[in-house]
Amino acid sequence: MNPNDVAGQAGPKILSARFGRKDGHRLPVYEQEGGYTALRKVLGGMQPDEVTALVKESGLRGRGGAGFPTGTKWGFVPKGAEQVYFFVNADESEPGTFKDRFLLDYDPHQTIEGTIISCFAVRANLGFIYIRGEFGWLIDRVQKAVDECYAAGYLGKNILGSGYDLEMIVHKGAGAYICGEETGLINSVEGRKGQPSIKPPFPAVSGFLKKPTIVNNVESVASVPWIINNGAAAYRAYGTEKSPGSKLFSVSGPVKRPGVYEIPLGMPFRTFFEDILGGMADGEELKAVIVGGSSVPVLPADEIMACNLDYESLGSAGTMLGSGGMIVIPKRCDMVELIQVLMHFYWDESCGQCTPCREGTGWLHRLVKKLRRGEGTAEDLERLEHVCAGMAGLTICPLSDAAVMPMRSFLDKFRGEFEALIQDQAPVAASSRWPRGERE
Amino acid sequence: MTQPMEDTAGFALSPGALARIDALAARYPTKASALMPCLWVIMDELGWVPPSAIDLLVEKLSVTHARVNEVLTFYTMFRETPQAKYTLQVCHNISCHIMGSKPLIAHMEQKLGIKLGGRTSDGLFQIEGAECLGACGMGPCLQLGRHLYENVTPARADALLDSLRKGIVPRADTDREGVD
Ligand SMILES: Cc1cc2nc3c(=O)[nH]c(=O)nc-3n(C[C@H](O)[C@H](O)[C@H](O)COP(=O)(O)O)c2cc1C
Ligand code: SF4
Ligand code: FES
Repeated sequence: MNPNDVAGQAGPKILSARFGRKDGHRLPVYEQEGGYTALRKVLGGMQPDEVTALVKESGLRGRGGAGFPTGTKWGFVPKGAEQVYFFVNADESEPGTFKDRFLLDYDPHQTIEGTIISCFAVRANLGFIYIRGEFGWLIDRVQKAVDECYAAGYLGKNILGSGYDLEMIVHKGAGAYICGEETGLINSVEGRKGQPSIKPPFPAVSGFLKKPTIVNNVESVASVPWIINNGAAAYRAYGTEKSPGSKLFSVSGPVKRPGVYEIPLGMPFRTFFEDILGGMADGEELKAVIVGGSSVPVLPADEIMACNLDYESLGSAGTMLGSGGMIVIPKRCDMVELIQVLMHFYWDESCGQCTPCREGTGWLHRLVKKLRRGEGTAEDLERLEHVCAGMAGLTICPLSDAAVMPMRSFLDKFRGEFEALIQDQAPVAASSRWPRGERE
Repeated sequence: MTQPMEDTAGFALSPGALARIDALAARYPTKASALMPCLWVIMDELGWVPPSAIDLLVEKLSVTHARVNEVLTFYTMFRETPQAKYTLQVCHNISCHIMGSKPLIAHMEQKLGIKLGGRTSDGLFQIEGAECLGACGMGPCLQLGRHLYENVTPARADALLDSLRKGIVPRADTDREGVD
């Protein structure tokens, strides 16, 4: 890839200062540009609770999808806990999402510095960076940066003479979307199947090896050094009241300039789309956008054009900011075909523990395929809704909902395309209507 | 101390790999938590995890066979059987689909004379559909081990296959060696 084509150069530079730079991943370059000064500041006199308070004040919200306030999450670790673990979630497998790989590729030290500070804030002495197995090339790069940190005294025993000890392990995943879910991730590092666990207990109370554990997305921890250096007020100068700061968006689909862009939250979608992405590629016309990774509801062009890119505006439009994985869908695409692709994904990735998810994702996939074969009936559209209703909010983890949200929204916003596939046909025996037993 | 381990099928882990397994078991907080990285050591060396390697992990990490098998089979990147020399994983998720993964896959199937999931009779190539590979803005994309090829056109796929036939793995978009 040509980084200059794909790395965004507009807006604030809280996260993307070294994007597209050949040497930005090296320790000396990072240090020359002020790297590890935040860590020095923290270890040179701040208390862990002061760090947590500052991050809380900044209003930073988790960038892994749910948008939970980072400082608040850190505050859930029980006081006086003896052993605390910290995990950086770099599983990045949500379709449409490819921002964390940019952070770790161009600027691994920023994430590592943020991780060390985050570990200090929650009093962890062992931190993991969990990177999806498909990113073999990236894992080596991060491991090299971690090795540089050990050699420079930023990791290990008595960091910078402060008395604080921290070990860091770069852990390689092995191909399972569900390991991005925080309890699935923890179970995976325990050497198990990556199946999520029932909450409560929340990981902050009982997580890895039953000890308090904090899991944060790469982008969340990468924001921390800047906040320490510049203060909460400076961070809040970007973004909106409820969505402070800046966010990375990874943009795919036939726009003029796909790639990863850092923008202040609250930017109108129209501005982002027209000025930064350059609009659609030649010969393409905008149909719809999935704004926050494949698990959030789709919005047709006119609806997304009226949104601002922040948690509250997208929420009131009926979708979510999610991971910031923006999938731009052109006119030429068949929405039923696209939802089949997505339903295949969720069906494939369901870990199988919960009946509504294991069976429901299969049903949705089979029903959509049946429609596309031209064998669907009006009742099948009702069945799609019926299956969705039986899946949402009823499972151990939100993967089931993550399949329902695109399914329902595709059906709701593009119903005409589904209806066009239905044949007028004589009613068939009830027992034969369900596409039972078909297994791809 | 660490003897090279012979498999009935003739697979052996090098002393270096065995040493890495011991080091991982010591570095992780519990031996069992080192299971995934240890499986990776075996994968990296052999390309699959033979039964004798499972026995070895049971012994080294003090876990049950059931535990190793459950982990081995849950994760798609761990393989229980020998693989083709080159396994090409083509992303067929939504962004790559929009950008043309379907015609790309059809082209490769036709070129290799196999279907997705199949292997050529000479054992050289295997093609698989992959879920999102984290290159959505540079799709369609395909992965060969640690090499990720982005913006893959049918012509680029042809060039890749031709080169692999000669035993040369072309430089991938994510190869960082030599640039660093
Ligand atoms: C199916 C599923 C997949 C997920 N994948 C990821 C992922 O790849 N990366 C990530 O950071 N969070 C992912 N999450 C969210 C995590 O569970 C967790 O909320 C997040 O890592 C917390 O970090 P944050 O508070 O910094 O956002 C996923 C959640 C679900 C339900
Ligand atoms: S909702 Fe689905 S993925 Fe999540 S735990 Fe249940 S079966 Fe597994
Ligand atoms: S959809 Fe193909 S890499 Fe993400």
